[in-house]
Amino acid sequence: MTMRPLHDPMAKPPSQEPCVVRTTTCYMCACRCGIRVHVRDGEVRYIEGNPEHPLNKGVICAKGSSGIMKQYSPARLTRPLLRKPGSERGANEYTEISWDEAYALLEARLRKLRATDPKQFALFTGRDQMQALTGLFARQFGTPNYAAHGGFCSVNMAAGMIYTIGGSFWEFGGPDLERARLFFMIGTAEDHHSNPLKSAIAKFKRNGGRFIAINPVRTGYAAIADEWVPIKPGTDGALMLALIREIIALGLYDRDFLTRYTNSGQLVNQDPTSNDFGMMMRNPEGDVINPLRPHNFYWWDRHTAAPVATHTEGTDPALFGEFFMGSTPVKPAFQLLKERVYACTPEWAEGITGIPADTIRRLAHEMGVTARDQKIELPIAWTDCWGQQHESVTGSPVAFHAMRGLAAHSNGFHAIRALAILMSLLGTIDRPGGFRHKSPYPRAIPPNARPPKGPQAVKPNTPLDGAPLGWPESPDDLFVDEAGQPVRIDKGFSWEYPLSAHGLMHNVITNAWRGAPYPIDTLLLFMANMAWNSSMNTRNIRNMLVDKREDGEYKIPFIVVCDAFQSETTAFADLILPDTTYLERHDCMSMLDRPISEYEGPTDAVRIPVLPPKGECRPFQEVLIELASRLQFPAFTTAEGQRKFKDYPDFIVNYETAPGSGIGFLTGWRGKHGEKSMRGEPNPMQWEMYAKNNCFHHETLPPSYQYMRNWNRGYMQWAQQAGLRRDNDPIVIHIYSEFLQSFRLAAQGKRPGKQPPDNLRHRVDTYFDPLPFWHESLEQHQSDNVRYPLNAITQRPMAMYHSWDSQNAWLRQIHAHNYLYVNSATAQAAGVEDGGWLWVESQWGKVRCLCRYSEAVEPGTVWTWNAIGKSSGAWGLAADANESQKGFLLNHLISEELAANGEGQRFSNSDPVTGQAAWYDVKVRIYPAQPDEAKHSWPQFDTMKAIPGMGRLPAWLSFFAGKGGQ
Amino acid sequence: MTQLALVIDLNVCVGCHACVTNCKQWNTSGSAGPLLDANPYEADPTGTFFNRVQTFEVGTYPNTQTVHFPKSCLHCEDPPCVPVCPTGASYKRKEDGIVLVDYDKCIGCKYCAWACPYGVREFDEQRKVMTKCTLCVDRIYDEALPESERKPACVLACPAGARIFGDVHDPESEASVAISDNGGYALMPECGTQPANHYLPRRKTALKIQNEQLYRSANPLKVEGTAPLPPSSEDFAT
Repeated sequence: MTMRPLHDPMAKPPSQEPCVVRTTTCYMCACRCGIRVHVRDGEVRYIEGNPEHPLNKGVICAKGSSGIMKQYSPARLTRPLLRKPGSERGANEYTEISWDEAYALLEARLRKLRATDPKQFALFTGRDQMQALTGLFARQFGTPNYAAHGGFCSVNMAAGMIYTIGGSFWEFGGPDLERARLFFMIGTAEDHHSNPLKSAIAKFKRNGGRFIAINPVRTGYAAIADEWVPIKPGTDGALMLALIREIIALGLYDRDFLTRYTNSGQLVNQDPTSNDFGMMMRNPEGDVINPLRPHNFYWWDRHTAAPVATHTEGTDPALFGEFFMGSTPVKPAFQLLKERVYACTPEWAEGITGIPADTIRRLAHEMGVTARDQKIELPIAWTDCWGQQHESVTGSPVAFHAMRGLAAHSNGFHAIRALAILMSLLGTIDRPGGFRHKSPYPRAIPPNARPPKGPQAVKPNTPLDGAPLGWPESPDDLFVDEAGQPVRIDKGFSWEYPLSAHGLMHNVITNAWRGAPYPIDTLLLFMANMAWNSSMNTRNIRNMLVDKREDGEYKIPFIVVCDAFQSETTAFADLILPDTTYLERHDCMSMLDRPISEYEGPTDAVRIPVLPPKGECRPFQEVLIELASRLQFPAFTTAEGQRKFKDYPDFIVNYETAPGSGIGFLTGWRGKHGEKSMRGEPNPMQWEMYAKNNCFHHETLPPSYQYMRNWNRGYMQWAQQAGLRRDNDPIVIHIYSEFLQSFRLAAQGKRPGKQPPDNLRHRVDTYFDPLPFWHESLEQHQSDNVRYPLNAITQRPMAMYHSWDSQNAWLRQIHAHNYLYVNSATAQAAGVEDGGWLWVESQWGKVRCLCRYSEAVEPGTVWTWNAIGKSSGAWGLAADANESQKGFLLNHLISEELAANGEGQRFSNSDPVTGQAAWYDVKVRIYPAQPDEAKHSWPQFDTMKAIPGMGRLPAWLSFFAGKGGQ
Repeated sequence: MTQLALVIDLNVCVGCHACVTNCKQWNTSGSAGPLLDANPYEADPTGTFFNRVQTFEVGTYPNTQTVHFPKSCLHCEDPPCVPVCPTGASYKRKEDGIVLVDYDKCIGCKYCAWACPYGVREFDEQRKVMTKCTLCVDRIYDEALPESERKPACVLACPAGARIFGDVHDPESEASVAISDNGGYALMPECGTQPANHYLPRRKTALKIQNEQLYRSANPLKVEGTAPLPPSSEDFAT
């Protein structure tokens, strides 16, 4: 045989047409990278990171690289489906209907609800990246019953930090790893900004930075940390308080930063007999700066030993001490913090966290000394909001990152407040080397949007006055009736969960089923797998979805599910609307929602279809525009009563937040000819201009506006003009939160205005502490911790972060089923074998699954990859797929509600401040399965049968783009 | 003589699998494709991947390392898969050292897979041919691509930049410099295969704070008329 190769390894594959390359934005997870999609003969040949894109700069992850298998999945829903008359929910009996029929059906139902009681319609969305539109739809409909998945994802992170520093880890801010020297990642936090974070951590490490991971489990990015500090779940707050104590005790805090840019020096009323106890002292004659948010506070000037208006030139506030203003005893906020952490010694924290006291001390010293001794100075002159000019921007190279690991606990709000305070003590807020904001943040503390104020806000055929979600500043902003009872179906913004800025989607089905606070008629779910991994107490939730009233009607009479894929949840739909994939739609990552901004300035992005929709698929955006037009919502209807927007692209170009505001969904190429940025009249060529610019718009702020934005006069003026902020007053960090104190005063009966029902006074009084504190989780408090000694938590693997890809032939080969990872010593003590079947049981239920020994988990914790386990037949998988036979869902062990209290009340298993779902609080025990037990996971559910329009399941897949897929 | 190779930096690899699936999608529709998947939607799905990431733990709690280890054909300088091939299908290119399989000659006898000590060859059960990493030979010389993109798909995808592509015989190349600067090593040198691909080990950055560093005369506590106390003291708040 010849030595010359016969097969030419460099040959171009035969094809009638060359690849067409189009840019758009990925949606395989929440990261939203720029991508270039190569299409050959109408099929996707390759999806690569777009090197011209500011977010990912050409890189792409495992999910983004597997978009092809999402596009061609047999689990795709391809036509509208109506549950067959006479068939039961869950039986998967559907009839194909036309879009005209689907629209007519929805229109008639929604029109009636809107004209009678708009609350009867609830819209809840999952990993929705268009909340500006879905929120607008709910608002225009006039229903307050709207939220996305933030309530069960990470609202504690949003609220805990936004109520403290006016910004948050999230899409809204992050660690400046370009300049940091020391980086702490606490808890599972790999999602959201995942590709940029991977790139930044790698670069940070290569530049000699030191990376410390504090996490019960060593996986994810913690794997490459220089040091792993194992911690018990739900104890992060205790660690933060001990670190704060050490930093204060040694004087390792940034005093200049604290005095000028935080409320540390502000004087707090300490007269226990006063109705203003715990509130800031205010000077009625002082300069309020902003009447909507008065700044007439006092400092105690050290030089004159007298109270002065804050930021008075030539004065310097005392941070410690106790003083009198007239007969009123007062203390600086920082003194109160010092007193708060007095007992929070490293030894105290060791007993709670499991981290040795010496380690806690050392961590405090590392961060404190690095922050103090390795100051960064950038030659950038800027002027602060009080008029002081600064020759340079300075910072300290200590950065943090945290997300759901801290958030998903019933004590998460205060743990995250404590983290934000620690970061502030080190002087690292919006400064080089520390935390930096991303537009539209920083926003006021709290941001200006308020929830509706009472039942009177909900009126037939009338939009709500404002957005359904918002940020309460005081009890008067709560959404409750005269008796102090909730108005929302999820009880959001009630006295039970006052600061639930993202709603409580995890309680919607239970509340609607129970009819408390009231029953609803129609539940529209978009991209939310509420009959599986997005619900706690999954088994019972599924029963609630099929439960009927005495008259034979379902307790939730009409359920509409819009999704691109068949799932556990579509089985419970009365009407299924087939959504498109991300490659088939227009979409935008709007500044009005959660854009893709960079530290250097606002950035937003769009999706532009690369492929035509499959079958009868229609983008959910178009469904909303169509329904809004048919129902003649004011914002979608002309003065003459005509339809205002032809379709979604037309809406995006022409919608303005107010007539003539010049602010719309997209900030780029506004103005008649696309000459304006941020603000300007609609531009009919806006989509084309985005398409030409790799589907994003980025405005780089001048360097003097890129830092210290909470207090940067130039930035504030720019942000106000750009419409990012209503006001331009400084955003002073709330080390001490008088907003929280106002709820406590109401609970104590010391505050006029809205009052909590008597049975909630103690709860509000306890958890609305103006300073962070650590308490045992609510679930743990109610658990038998002897019987259930272990914490059980979940993480998501990088190939599945924020994704919906069990249907994905490539990704499911990486994670086809999950194990329960157990510390080897713990497993051996329980008699469980490596690779053996075991039971994991909580006070709420039990699950049979496979065990894997691990040395990378602290002994008191067991964990698994979340959302790998699936119901048999779901997601277009065969009945015996690993996902359902070996995979399992931990959610069966977690309750959406706490056990009844002494008065028979059941609260949500959530943070009592924010309503954040407490996924990570559950306590469990483990024991081996018996040898004669079935070798599959438990519980099992009836196999879902395929529904009309789904694809066949091939035995072999040999995908080669341009030859018809198979 | 050129020897193209990958240098994989275990110090920054987070095990995200970007290289795994990006390789799959490039190659399944490229000159080496299609890359087969058996049981794609059924029990025990198993398909062809030229590149895989293995994750393992090292050490005992709490001194545990979690190592993510991407592995593909190492393009050995002395590849044991080549001489065992009865048809000459398995070959090493003279011009750049890439080890390839000529599908038109391969009879699927799997001798090469038995000879390879690294387990990186992937048999295609449908075409009955052996497949493997090509270092994206159909990309790296493609002049239709901008020069910055003439790299293997896995290298371009990697979010951590953990994969360096280059000529390991050129001491000035980025790949060679990375090996020499960071103690790069080859896998199982005792096999005598001289793998061209190299790995960079974990490197640890430590920080030692001396006790006296905790104290500075410009301590902010002094401004308030108090003094920093030894870190173990508990009465600072009095």
